[in-house]
Amino acid sequence: MLEIHGLHKSFAGFRAVNDVSLTVESRQIVAVIGPNGAGKSTFFNLITGHLRPDGGRVVLGGRDITGLPPHRICGLGMGRSFQLTNIFPRLTVLQNVQAALLAHRKRGRDFWSRSELLFRDDAEALLRSIGLAAVAGAIAGTLAYGNQKQLELGIALASDPSVLLLDEPTAGMSAGETHETISLLQRIAEERSLTLLFTEHDMAVVFRVAQKIAVLYQGRKLAEGPPEAVRANPEVRRVYLGEHA
Amino acid sequence: MTVSLIAAQFLSGLTTAMFLFLIASGLSLVFGVMRVLNFAHGSFYMIGAYMTWQVMQWLQPAGASFWLAALAAGATVALLGGVVERLLLRHLYGQEELYQLLFTYALVLILGDAAKYIWGTGQLSVHRPPVLDGGFHLLGTTLPFYNLFIMLVGPAIAIGGGLLLSRSSAGRLLRAAAYDREMLGALGGNVGMLYTGMFVVSSFLAGLAGALITPIVSVVPGMDVQVIVQAFIVVVIGGLGSFWGTFWGAVIYGLTLSFGILAFPEFSLFSVFALMAVVLMVRPWGLFGRPIR
Amino acid sequence: MSIQLSRPPAARPPASRPPAGPPLARPALPAIRRVPWTLLVFLLLLPLPWIGSRYNTFLGTEIVIDALFAVSLNLLLGTTGLVSFGHVAYFGIGAYVCGILMKTYGVSFAIAFPAAGLGAAAFSVVFGYFCVRLTKIYFAMLTLAFSQIIWAVCFKWNAVTGGDQGIADVPFPNMHWMAAIPGAEQLSENGRFYLLTLTLVALSVAAIGQITRSPFGRMLTAIRDNRERAAFIGLNVRAYELAVFVVAGGFAGLSGALYGIFTRGVFPDYVFWPKSAEVMIMTILGGMSFFWGPPVGALVLVWLNQEITNYTQYWPFVLGTMLLVLLFALPGGVLGGIARLAGALQRRVARRDA
Repeated sequence: MLEIHGLHKSFAGFRAVNDVSLTVESRQIVAVIGPNGAGKSTFFNLITGHLRPDGGRVVLGGRDITGLPPHRICGLGMGRSFQLTNIFPRLTVLQNVQAALLAHRKRGRDFWSRSELLFRDDAEALLRSIGLAAVAGAIAGTLAYGNQKQLELGIALASDPSVLLLDEPTAGMSAGETHETISLLQRIAEERSLTLLFTEHDMAVVFRVAQKIAVLYQGRKLAEGPPEAVRANPEVRRVYLGEHA
Repeated sequence: MTVSLIAAQFLSGLTTAMFLFLIASGLSLVFGVMRVLNFAHGSFYMIGAYMTWQVMQWLQPAGASFWLAALAAGATVALLGGVVERLLLRHLYGQEELYQLLFTYALVLILGDAAKYIWGTGQLSVHRPPVLDGGFHLLGTTLPFYNLFIMLVGPAIAIGGGLLLSRSSAGRLLRAAAYDREMLGALGGNVGMLYTGMFVVSSFLAGLAGALITPIVSVVPGMDVQVIVQAFIVVVIGGLGSFWGTFWGAVIYGLTLSFGILAFPEFSLFSVFALMAVVLMVRPWGLFGRPIR
Repeated sequence: MSIQLSRPPAARPPASRPPAGPPLARPALPAIRRVPWTLLVFLLLLPLPWIGSRYNTFLGTEIVIDALFAVSLNLLLGTTGLVSFGHVAYFGIGAYVCGILMKTYGVSFAIAFPAAGLGAAAFSVVFGYFCVRLTKIYFAMLTLAFSQIIWAVCFKWNAVTGGDQGIADVPFPNMHWMAAIPGAEQLSENGRFYLLTLTLVALSVAAIGQITRSPFGRMLTAIRDNRERAAFIGLNVRAYELAVFVVAGGFAGLSGALYGIFTRGVFPDYVFWPKSAEVMIMTILGGMSFFWGPPVGALVLVWLNQEITNYTQYWPFVLGTMLLVLLFALPGGVLGGIARLAGALQRRVARRDA
């Protein structure tokens, strides 16, 4: 479903991502882990088109998307949530999702309809499925952090992606919130047959959910494999997991 | 195209350049650190010019002292800047950048009319300090001593300012602030005092520039607007926030204007804005600015 | 009303949807949005030439024209978050195109007016293409630079634009046909021009309103709120910004055309940057987060200007002070202040009822 071949990126001589390859099968859940500065965010930005790779290829569903701008990649079925919550703060929760639906269904050139009336049912259904129905009318910027992250997910889902990239989906959450978020993610992935690629620092989450783990360290891929294999890998233990494993 | 003509244009352009550098440096610094583009910078310059004239009027019976007046003017404008920043501007920092810009524009309107009210609409002039009267011959043209003085003061401030920024602890704080305001605050740097100080220094430079221009140019309403536009162009060419960029931007602008008028007298108005547009289209961060994403 | 979720070509089993619950308890369109405001305002302002003095009609015409100019700016500012310092360029281009066509070439208003809009739109395509590649302060400065290039050209090109003298004696459009409208035959030329202006502006404002309400408009507000996110819901942000830049420029051109006729002349002043500042202040004075903010701002500013300049020459001082008050005490503008007041009153009533 998603193939990454030999991705490179340097910033002023510093190799942020160095020859990283990864294959994600359809409907797989893959985690990318690594210490801070390992290049995870850069790696994601290269896949989603926010940065141009210096070398390597990204292939989505058989189609080469390397170097395409973000809006094109989104249109081809890749969704993304961002580490720092990225929603439309002055719109209501419902309008946030409506906007994403309108964009996905290419209604941006419609000058005649009233935007509030389009796709209302679908937007409401989506909000119900992620548990935000109660705050549909609230201004997004006033929501609590956890709700904003849920909305972020909702916006990503509205584009009906086949692959979803999640940048630290449980960052800043309490144990309870993390549990809820992960359950939600698993349910959604199941319902929509999604392929998930996510980065995380919370190892408990990673080992609970991921079917495959890739470890990045100083821009390189250190290891890749099923959770148990990665956990047992001596290199990984030395560099990252330390005494937690 | 004689040597003397070229020399004359070159020297005239350089004088303009150094003078604009003096003004634009304050503008650029404030933008670099505080991310505020101060439209009122030209107004501060104008107040400096008027104050110089005023102080010289007061000192008249005792024997005019240009230098005293110039310093007094600079100090007055510095004070004005400090008051403006402390009492008013700082309340807008958290808000949209547009509001800060509009605030400085409001100052332009207010200060412009205040000057008109106090000093009227006529042209005022100030005599050159006698020690710098006269000029000397150079390459077939005459260079007034006063212009030479301006041409030296410019680089002097550049070198002084540049050294200050790279060597002193205050300078380090400034450069840190330019990179990351919030981090600086978190580290305990007193961002508030830094901003006020920055604004005061910038205002002083503007006021001083206004003072120093008075022997060459008449003091009239409208000089605020006329200079701010030129200062904008200079900082765009050099790169917003870069001290040395402002210097070279001023040189390029001054010489372009000087030789441009020679070649295309009809298009001088057009060409300076065209220059600004071209720079923004091709290399928006100017010669020395940081490339922006 | 159930809409099928669209699916990408790759075969995937249909997602199981949770059972549709009751619609979220909120009307899709609150009552206040269903009122045809533009029509109401139009009808309200219509009788002015009959019931008001010549002076009032004159003032009214200026307010209405400035209202359109400000609304067009707010398409950029309030709706899309684009701060343009050079919007006056398109106003001026519209004024010059219409003025030149009507005065120098004797073209009728019916052709000159749309030509002005198209001319302004054409320039905004070219300028806009370069401007939208930049953001924030750089975008603002390039819009300013382009507008002042236009100013310089208008100032210098004596042959076509009349140079610094401008073009005087721009004629009124032929309004004899208006005698057919009941009650209009007794009106002066100024009165008729007011009616014509009001109609054209109302239509334009209605069009802009529809654009703002449309899905296209929703995309613009998404871009305003979060450019990066907007790209990642699939929007080509630059293309949208260019599109709105052109639309805004076109309407500004129309307002400029009307202004040139209104003042019976077209001058380089119309493209000079303080006019950009003026229209921006109007927009913010009324409240840039409200569609009707700019027209309210135009009303207040023009009226204030007239009143104050009768007493003193220090209008800039008054304007500057007003701007300060606005920025510090009333950042949401007049409508923002009213909205806050209404909210506070509502809460007080709710508490009393509780």
